[in-house]
Amino acid sequence: MVAPAAFFCCLSGECALGRKTPLYQTHVDVGARMVDFGGWDMPVHYGSQIEEHHAVRREAGVFDVSHMGVVDVRGPAAREAMQRLLCNDVGRLETLGDALYTCMLNERGGVIDDLIVYAAEDGYRVVVNAATREQDLAWMRSQGVVGDVTFEERDDLAMLAVQGPGARSQVQALLDEAVVARAGELRPFQATRRDELFISRTGYTGEDGFELVMPAGEVADWWQRLVAAGVRPCGLGARDTLRLEAGLNLYGTDMTTETTPLESALGWTVAWEPSDRDFIGRQALAAQREQGVTQKLSGVLLEDRGVLRNHQGVRTPAGEGEITSGSWSPTLERAIGFARVPADAGDECEIDMRGKWKAARLVRLPFVRHGRIRIDLD
Amino acid sequence: MSEIPAELRYTSDHEWVREEDDGSLTVGITAHAQEALGDLVFVELPDEGRLSEAGEACAVVESVKAASDVYAPVAGTVVAINEALEDKPELVNESPYGEGWLFRLEPDDPRNLEGLLNAQAYSALLDEEG
Repeated sequence: MVAPAAFFCCLSGECALGRKTPLYQTHVDVGARMVDFGGWDMPVHYGSQIEEHHAVRREAGVFDVSHMGVVDVRGPAAREAMQRLLCNDVGRLETLGDALYTCMLNERGGVIDDLIVYAAEDGYRVVVNAATREQDLAWMRSQGVVGDVTFEERDDLAMLAVQGPGARSQVQALLDEAVVARAGELRPFQATRRDELFISRTGYTGEDGFELVMPAGEVADWWQRLVAAGVRPCGLGARDTLRLEAGLNLYGTDMTTETTPLESALGWTVAWEPSDRDFIGRQALAAQREQGVTQKLSGVLLEDRGVLRNHQGVRTPAGEGEITSGSWSPTLERAIGFARVPADAGDECEIDMRGKWKAARLVRLPFVRHGRIRIDLD
Repeated sequence: MSEIPAELRYTSDHEWVREEDDGSLTVGITAHAQEALGDLVFVELPDEGRLSEAGEACAVVESVKAASDVYAPVAGTVVAINEALEDKPELVNESPYGEGWLFRLEPDDPRNLEGLLNAQAYSALLDEEG
């Protein structure tokens, strides 16, 4: 969910000095192309980004997402802290293991990060983006201490995302008896655990699957067993095109501290009720809603030939905008992206591609979900 | 190390140049360049008859994640383009020195070719860029 500052270093560049996950050597040993992603040396692909993308849509793929941050929030005031820090309401989490997606906002309603929060035995578990984990923690510790609460960054853990229509059964085949039944019963956005193995039915691809959090020392074994069972190693390149097709925002490009959830197709993550819950950013969002939101985030489908790229200019009869994420969709075999455009823009638009205006269309997200194309291509 | 055919000339921008029997120059991107770009999904080629200065951007290769200009290695006129790439840009990945060629130039001055790198020098450049 975090935007790479430089997704590709350069044609020839080796990335230096990045942080490494426990699987770094495993990736290098099988010939992964490594790039800098939010300060981490991460695999962008293992040969073909497009084939990895298709593997997740059709079967199963595994991503090393150990660069993401796991924060355990504990203490009697954990709930109050989360209700102050997050625009979605952890009061909606009724059962242990239930999860929700939310943004963390500053006072102006700008997005500091997007994250998933799980209800845990003694508080909450939060999974945040790689590039923002330090600032998130600093923000939580400066703004969220409303009583007896601690925020512990779990550097001792690693994380895998196993995604695709065959992903859950592949993982279940490797689980021991004590947890396999519980894992099989998880609904989307629910988690369970066995000791330090944490299993959630979540992901960032638009397909079914699990995310697994475990002690760092166990992740190489998990990776090897999944790959041996036929799950394809997938890099962050495929992760990006999968999330784009699925209509899922990337922090740092699609929303930042300069944009609010209401301008980023994330209004659904704002819990306005109960009306007396004073989360950070509430007043600014309420004022924006009152005055009228002037921009929106929309899907874009390029009608002409070419590839959409971040920051390309967009023009619509209602005014100008910008591509926030642009790429190529392996499923649609067309260029797709997200654009921030005037709120009253219809579907007509054009894209500035190297000085030429190309025909495109604003479309409803997602483009693809659960292996099926969800937009009209003609 | 990527394949670097000995009979070709190269530029420091990771393009290769082959001198044909008729004196024209076939241009493509190297195996190293296509590997670095990843799966190509779009290639924009120049119009036939276009005049290009040496170093002028005259084609674009786009992978899923990045767009990269391709420059004219020497001054000349575009005499042919690889139209097959319009529908099959992946030919550049599959066969960078063969079916994945980009365009053919008639050089203004054949002697300009001498300014390009030979295979050994290009190989050294890759080592340097490491």
